[in-house]
Amino acid sequence: MAGDVKTKLSKNLLRMKFMQRGLDSQTKKQLEEEEKKIISEEHWYLDLPDLKEKESFIIEERSFMPCEDLLYGRMSFKGFNPEIEKLMIQMNSKCKEKEMEVDEKMEADVSDEEMARRQYETLVGTIGKKFMRKRDQRVLQDEDEDEDGSSNIRPSKKAKKKFLKPQD
Amino acid sequence: AGGVYWVDSQQKRYVPVKGDHVIGIVTAKAGDVFKLDVGGSEQASLSYLAFEGATKRNRPNVQVGDLIYGQFLVANKDMEPEMVCIDSSGRSTGMGIIGQDGFLFKVSLGLIRKLLAPKCEIIQELSQLYPFELVLGMNGRIWVKAKTVQQTLIIVNILEACEYMTAEQRKQALAKLSGN
Repeated sequence: MAGDVKTKLSKNLLRMKFMQRGLDSQTKKQLEEEEKKIISEEHWYLDLPDLKEKESFIIEERSFMPCEDLLYGRMSFKGFNPEIEKLMIQMNSKCKEKEMEVDEKMEADVSDEEMARRQYETLVGTIGKKFMRKRDQRVLQDEDEDEDGSSNIRPSKKAKKKFLKPQD
Repeated sequence: AGGVYWVDSQQKRYVPVKGDHVIGIVTAKAGDVFKLDVGGSEQASLSYLAFEGATKRNRPNVQVGDLIYGQFLVANKDMEPEMVCIDSSGRSTGMGIIGQDGFLFKVSLGLIRKLLAPKCEIIQELSQLYPFELVLGMNGRIWVKAKTVQQTLIIVNILEACEYMTAEQRKQALAKLSGN
């Protein structure tokens, strides 16, 4: 009697979480799809044919600037406002050549490369000194005192003391 | 292979366009934002932080009635236009409060475009007269400042009249002036 008729469980009950744990993934997917179908069928939609959007190669631009290649609006003449005159040269050459780099600072006495080289050299020197052995430091000191500084002429330094084998 | 096509027409009423540089008049200060009249259908807003080197502590000294040269950051028909006085890299490039004195007047938009053309004869001829400073806003407003009031007014009159003068008439007028 017991196993004859399997009690029919309602759909809602089957949808509950504790019932779904036992199900395998396929049945789960099937259930989900059925759910979605029911929901989407309830939605209203227009039964129109799909209109394809025409590909437009036209870009609409509302400003006049790119059309006529206009100059910058602030101007000064005959040195009335020197900053504006400098700006004029900058802005109008930027327009023409489309350069992004603008150098606003005054011309430096030392060029950028020279500056970088100097900095790098001194930096290498400073860090290098830190790790030099004492003997090399002494050598360096001698070199510094010798103001000529040309690396070819090495200052006369004491020959490194070698181990003198005691003569028998 | 595309080209640029545009319709050139005579217009006096300005419509704010993104990227355009215009001269605005400060009409109100509302907390952190200034309201500018740019000659459009709506007033433009300008934040006090949109100036070079402006911070919350260091506010720009803008009063009602000041003239500002700036560009539109936002300008479409659905929103209130917004202006800024710095460019995308944070530099002012000449924008900001336009200084004291000088004279502001209005011309048609077509004339502004003519004056801003790369080889504008009017500007070249005027620049030979005497030293002066000029700011042209795409909204039809021009600001001029020269050493004396008389010189300023002469330049203003020539610019206004340029609309309707032919090239010869203009040259004649300028010749008379430089003869003075």
